[in-house]
Amino acid sequence: MVALMGVMKRVSLIFKSKANKALDRMEDPRETLDYSYQTQLELLQKVRRGVADVATSRKRIELQMNQLQQSSDKLDRQARDALAAGREDLARDALTRKSGVQGQLSDLNTQYTSLQAEEEKLTGASQRLQAKVDAFRTRKETIKATYTAAEAQTRINEAFTGISEEMSDVGMAIQRAEDKTAQMQARAGAIDELMASGALDDMVSGPRDDIQAELDRMGAGHDVDRELERLKGELGQGSAPRQIEGTSAGTADGQQAQAAQPVDTRSTDARPVDQPRAGEG
Amino acid sequence: MIVRILGEGQLQVDDSAAAELNDLDTRLEAAVERGDEPGFRSALDALLARIRSAGRPLAADALAPSELIIPQEGATMAEVRRLMTDEGLIPG
Repeated sequence: MVALMGVMKRVSLIFKSKANKALDRMEDPRETLDYSYQTQLELLQKVRRGVADVATSRKRIELQMNQLQQSSDKLDRQARDALAAGREDLARDALTRKSGVQGQLSDLNTQYTSLQAEEEKLTGASQRLQAKVDAFRTRKETIKATYTAAEAQTRINEAFTGISEEMSDVGMAIQRAEDKTAQMQARAGAIDELMASGALDDMVSGPRDDIQAELDRMGAGHDVDRELERLKGELGQGSAPRQIEGTSAGTADGQQAQAAQPVDTRSTDARPVDQPRAGEG
Repeated sequence: MIVRILGEGQLQVDDSAAAELNDLDTRLEAAVERGDEPGFRSALDALLARIRSAGRPLAADALAPSELIIPQEGATMAEVRRLMTDEGLIPG
């Protein structure tokens, strides 16, 4: 007879039958109560550890999100600097990487929200179980004190079935949370590994930050120009050979356009490159 | 009657809601039997919503077993099948 009786009724019967099987295995009702209480305390410990594990996992993702946010901010600054220096190519590069980092961030944010929800659920489960375990302990002492065979058995069965249902529920909640944190940790581990290996540096700025290197180089070139001007002034020379920074290639395009415009020589610190360098190339 | 939402706890639901819950539950079970994912999802969500609106949380220290137990929100059809066949429960 596989008549439809509804999912809820069936699940409830499964839970009850599990509790009944456990009850059947016990011979002495007092033993049932004490043994069950021990199991409850163990489960309570387990659910608390579960809450702590989920929190740890959540914090780890939070940390990674902070790192990625810093990278994103940095790339944004670099894009501005590059654009200010007339290097649209570098700015585009920086913004492309930034969008990659933003993608990672939004993925992490989804995980973070999901872990937060899991943490809340498990915290609630822990509190409910605590309340029921406390109630069970009180009930257990009462039943033991007034123990008179058959009558007590009914009360024991009810208390035991009630707490057993809660324990099954909490047990499954812990299992789900563990599965989820294991998944998250695997992914967080993968991101950490990428960061450590430098593979993510291609996208996130880091030791091999070529955009920053280029910006720095342009800034340094600017300093050299000023230094040269100073030296020329001291030596009273009208023009000195300016070959030093001209050795670096690949930047001619933007500079030719700039060179045609009047150069603002007042600024000392605002722009990495606001002076044309070695127009002759 | 007492209804448990897995992962959320028990609620006291007025008996007058029983017929309606029963209808929704039959829809849910039929969807599971058919393997109808969209039907399953909408029936589960509707059932959860109705239980939440019709129920009041039971005191946390109550030790009474539930008459009805509904799978957690977002449960997959596979998870519900396991719950209906005893495989979903952790031994012990």
